[in-house]
Amino acid sequence: MEDVKVIDARGSFCPGPLMELIKGIRQEPVGTTFEVWSSDAGSAKDIPEWVARAGHEIVANSEDDGIFKVQVKKLR
Amino acid sequence: MKKIVILGGGVGGTIVANQVARQMGKELRNHELEITVISDSVNHVYQPMFLYVAFDQVVPEEAQKPEREILDRHVKLHIGSADRVDRDAKAVIMEDGTKITYDYLVIATGSRPAPEAIDGLEQGGYIFYTEEGALKLREALHNFQGGRIVVTVGVPHKCPVAPLEFTFMVQEWAKARGLGDKTEVVYTYPIGRLHSLEPVANWATPVFEERGIESHIFFNPETVDASNKTITSLEGETLNYDLLVAIPPHTGQAVIGRSGLGDAGNWIATDRHSLRMQGTEDIFVLGDATNLPISKAGSTAHFEADVVASNLVNLLRGGLGSIRYDGKVFCFIETGLKNATYIQFDYTHPPKPQEPTEMIHMFKLAYNRMYWLTPAGVL
Ligand SMILES: Cc1cc2nc3c(=O)[nH]c(=O)nc-3n(C[C@H](O)[C@H](O)[C@H](O)COP(=O)(O)OP(=O)(O)OC[C@H]3O[C@@H](n4cnc5c(N)ncnc54)[C@H](O)[C@@H]3O)c2cc1C
Repeated sequence: MEDVKVIDARGSFCPGPLMELIKGIRQEPVGTTFEVWSSDAGSAKDIPEWVARAGHEIVANSEDDGIFKVQVKKLR
Repeated sequence: MKKIVILGGGVGGTIVANQVARQMGKELRNHELEITVISDSVNHVYQPMFLYVAFDQVVPEEAQKPEREILDRHVKLHIGSADRVDRDAKAVIMEDGTKITYDYLVIATGSRPAPEAIDGLEQGGYIFYTEEGALKLREALHNFQGGRIVVTVGVPHKCPVAPLEFTFMVQEWAKARGLGDKTEVVYTYPIGRLHSLEPVANWATPVFEERGIESHIFFNPETVDASNKTITSLEGETLNYDLLVAIPPHTGQAVIGRSGLGDAGNWIATDRHSLRMQGTEDIFVLGDATNLPISKAGSTAHFEADVVASNLVNLLRGGLGSIRYDGKVFCFIETGLKNATYIQFDYTHPPKPQEPTEMIHMFKLAYNRMYWLTPAGVL
């Protein structure tokens, strides 16, 4: 499996998991895959919504013991 | 003799220095311990005042004091710019070549707004996150005769409430100057609601409607066209403006990059509980400089400083330095020129909204003047 950059945003209310992902996407090169960890159920929905608008790709979206793990690939 | 070196004389670094000094006065006087703060600025700057500088309510001199006056007299202050940290030599190397060795290093170098990260922003927009930026914006507001003010927010940024505060304040300010009818206020935010804190977003949504503030969510500023006065997001939306005020994306400081201590944005990978740089025992990181997923705010730096100082004292006295940070953050939020509210949360307790009141606003204004007691270790 290719390298995945974990963004541990558990317990993040502000800035929150999506902003942590945007920060990662802004600073890492195209092709990078991120895995955002979030304890907030809303992330499983709002991360994919932004990813679609911004033109990136959802690779996986799962829940593991109350932790939501969303994998995103930077495409542009 | 043990040596603690604190890189950065802002909120976090100054509180750590004073708290350790207060608890270990005897060791300092007996030369068993030395604490050195390194800062590239003679003055300690209270950054929240920049918001008020932009509206000409405060001048920059009111937002600063000599760092020497705030530090405990047993703490050494080394003024100069650090070039890099040499972990093998356990030393901070200054730009002039001076080498300052440490047993424990505390990194509190803060963060930096990076307007250059958005193409055209430096030519086409204003920022109020630096003294220089706030003064330029003060001038622009002074000459403003009405039009479309766009407030745009990049990621990541410090002080998550300042963008909303500025938005409310600029609208009231325009009204107070008799420009209310001729002024439109527009606010953009990077994610799918008006603020990252859900209760704040829920509170702000009807207030925006009531006050007629236009909002655009999922808007991450990417380019500014200064001649046509437009801003375009990476999501592909373009807005016109007459006056653009940006909270640009931030980065960590260049010294972190030169030292090889950070990620691509110069943020330092930090353990969320121990506040040690990941993989180290002798380097603590606090404040804006960490990569932690919590608000970059003075209050965060303050609560983290309490933990770092306690651990340093504990370690120096033979303990294990195992006191943990719980992610606590507290913020005041100005909801206009007369009312304010506050919000508090940690890693396991979500924030709860509070009704804005004039009392809280008065307290925030009073705190702006009393701030100096915080780094001094009193408040
Ligand atoms: C307009 C505005 C409003 C704000 N409002 C609020 C608010 O209402 N509430 C709140 O909690 N927070 C607020 N903040 C945020 C708050 O000011 C910061 O989060 C806080 O200062 C971070 O503390 P710190 O110790 O991490 O870094 P800082 O206080 O920024 O200190 C960093 C220090 O490191 C020094 N330094 C950096 N690099 C070097 C180097 N190479 N060599 C030597 N020294 C170096 C700098 O000179 C500085 O002294 C606001 C910020 C702004 C800009």
